[in-house]
Amino acid sequence: MLKNDPLANVLFVDLGKKRFYVERREDLFSQYIGGAGVAIRLLDELCPQGCDPLSADNPIIFAVGPATGLFPLASKTIAMFKSPHTGNLGESHCGGRSAVAIRMAGFGAIVIRGASSLPVYLAIHDGQVHFRDASTLWGMGSSITPGRIIRTVESGAGLRTIMRIGVAGERLIPYACVTTETYRHFGRLGLGAVFGSKKLKAIAISGRRSLPVADNRQYRRLYDEIHRAAVDSPVMKKYHDLGTPENVLPLNALGGLPTRNLQAARFEGAEGISGESMAEHYLGRRLACSHCPVACIHIAALREPHPKEPYFYKTSMIAYDYEPTYALGSMLGIGDPVGMLKLMDRVEAVGLDAMTTGVVLAWATEAQQRGLVGEAETAGLKLSFGQADTYIQAVDLIVKQPTEFYRYLAHGVDAAAQRYGGLDFALSMGRNEMPGYHTGPGAHLGFFVGARHSHLDNAGYSIDQNNLVHRLVPPGELIRMIVAEERWRQVLSSLVICFFARGIYQPQVVARVLQCSGFELSTDELQRVGTVIHQLKYRFKMREGFSVDQLRLPKRLFETPATVGGWDEAYLREALRCFREIILQQEAQ
Amino acid sequence: MAKIARLSVVDPDRCVGCQCCMFACARRYQPGLAVACIGVRSSGGMERGFTVVVCRACENPPCARVCPVDALVVRPGGGVRLNPALCIGCGHCRTACVLGAVFWDDEANKPAICIHCGTCAAYCPHDVLLLEQRETVHAEE
Repeated sequence: MLKNDPLANVLFVDLGKKRFYVERREDLFSQYIGGAGVAIRLLDELCPQGCDPLSADNPIIFAVGPATGLFPLASKTIAMFKSPHTGNLGESHCGGRSAVAIRMAGFGAIVIRGASSLPVYLAIHDGQVHFRDASTLWGMGSSITPGRIIRTVESGAGLRTIMRIGVAGERLIPYACVTTETYRHFGRLGLGAVFGSKKLKAIAISGRRSLPVADNRQYRRLYDEIHRAAVDSPVMKKYHDLGTPENVLPLNALGGLPTRNLQAARFEGAEGISGESMAEHYLGRRLACSHCPVACIHIAALREPHPKEPYFYKTSMIAYDYEPTYALGSMLGIGDPVGMLKLMDRVEAVGLDAMTTGVVLAWATEAQQRGLVGEAETAGLKLSFGQADTYIQAVDLIVKQPTEFYRYLAHGVDAAAQRYGGLDFALSMGRNEMPGYHTGPGAHLGFFVGARHSHLDNAGYSIDQNNLVHRLVPPGELIRMIVAEERWRQVLSSLVICFFARGIYQPQVVARVLQCSGFELSTDELQRVGTVIHQLKYRFKMREGFSVDQLRLPKRLFETPATVGGWDEAYLREALRCFREIILQQEAQ
Repeated sequence: MAKIARLSVVDPDRCVGCQCCMFACARRYQPGLAVACIGVRSSGGMERGFTVVVCRACENPPCARVCPVDALVVRPGGGVRLNPALCIGCGHCRTACVLGAVFWDDEANKPAICIHCGTCAAYCPHDVLLLEQRETVHAEE
């Protein structure tokens, strides 16, 4: 890497002692590039084995990469921490302004340790960390308000990110999210609760600096190539026009759209919540992450009359993406876009992960319908698929937890189903609730073995849709395809390229991008770095007790026909056995 | 009647806040954002859209009038050019521009002044910006 690149600066913040310092870690960045690679190394270094994820010992690590600020679409921040939801590796990615702001503030990574006794927020400007009292912001009903306040009192408009938690994070709900720029999230695995456990309400980061490149002319030429591809390429068009919800109708047609707690994979109400229909009736604005010409973020404008007073209206701007549309739409049998948007708005306001919340509510509905729980447990609510208003009340109850039932719901479907029964239809993989793809074995295996248990860290669902629909391959072959793709994605998430741009950032292009920042790596060497990072993640997971054999496979996955047929539990078990062999082999090398 | 190139924000409603213009501007000299002379910020939260701040190329520019060392030279037809050798980094020009279109390069401690070259417009994916050819007389609406 280049000697004068601020990327190697790691900012360490101690919330307990209210101190900070910067360490130059070229050793880490030159070997592991940045992003996911550097973050897993730092996590391994700083997270004590077996530590309580909600204790002061659990570090929060944010990392960006060399391409951030230099090339378009390198706009993701990688967060790593020990997850309070799974008790294992927590990795979550977020765009917005976060990555560019961290890079422009002069850091490649930020490490937050310790815990504050009073609520604080951090303001990071001009290389200085300010610890600001957040007592007044603590407990606010909507996560949007603290963002608004910090926006007016802190500097750096246009050049900053404001990460914050809602009341769900303050109350340590293990699937609370961290929100940035109102509409983007470190959604999964409970970073919000880790913030809450440290009494950390928010972080504002800003900066404006120049970045070094090895050869300016070569850099500009490559920039233009990538920019043109991003603007003109048909591979980006789908994200551009309708955004990620353009997936709703195709997945529904294929029979891969999880519906009513995956009792079906086709939803009769899909049309109403489709990307097409949402764009026609509700799309109010499109937004982009910093340095991304694509602008996949779609915001609905929902105009509602005041419930009591005529001639008063409120217009809410609500982000809708594919995954929330699945989790808070089809999975709950909600085909009414207004009901779905209001539910999304509520989930956003309290700061919960939309995906886990949807799956939890879907499980609770089926549990109540089967009589596993009654109205005594649900505090009088009669949960019913399609009833958005009831779900909005249930979201508030998950946060307030007036009964034991809601305390369990606040810990996810595994915890709730272990207490009340219904494990067969408790849809989680490795304790993290399922994403919105019932396309076949590829998707589900990807969630089980993905190093961050996300729909995005593996190619499973696209293997289902592009390959397996034509011909089901043996389980060992499928798992090798998934692992190969995932190793490569470790490289992308170390530069931090948005996975939507993976078609543009082919290995050759990535090698040239890295050259601009002084990394001389062949495509073979890049693949090797990806394998090493993947291995480091799995080493951490094993250290914290992950075991392939202990994975619970919910029966429902095999009961409801998926897009790809011809596989069963034995197929998945065999694939997992092959996966374990790959991991063991990896360790033996 | 001579013509002069002037950068205009022609369609701010289409701005998605990607800031590709800011990066493009800075890239002419130094990658990053330190020297960018265009700014995109939310209009009070991203849900309200974006404010794109560019130099209007005033014919009688206040930034030049307050410069104590004549480092800002008025261009024929409007706008200014910076003579960095004269600039002492006092920052009066920045305060004088009510638009906030005099940006600041902290690394050089000098203003970053738009030269109306149109590079930013070339990289705007949504035609928010346009480099217009304006008549020098009656150029202001």
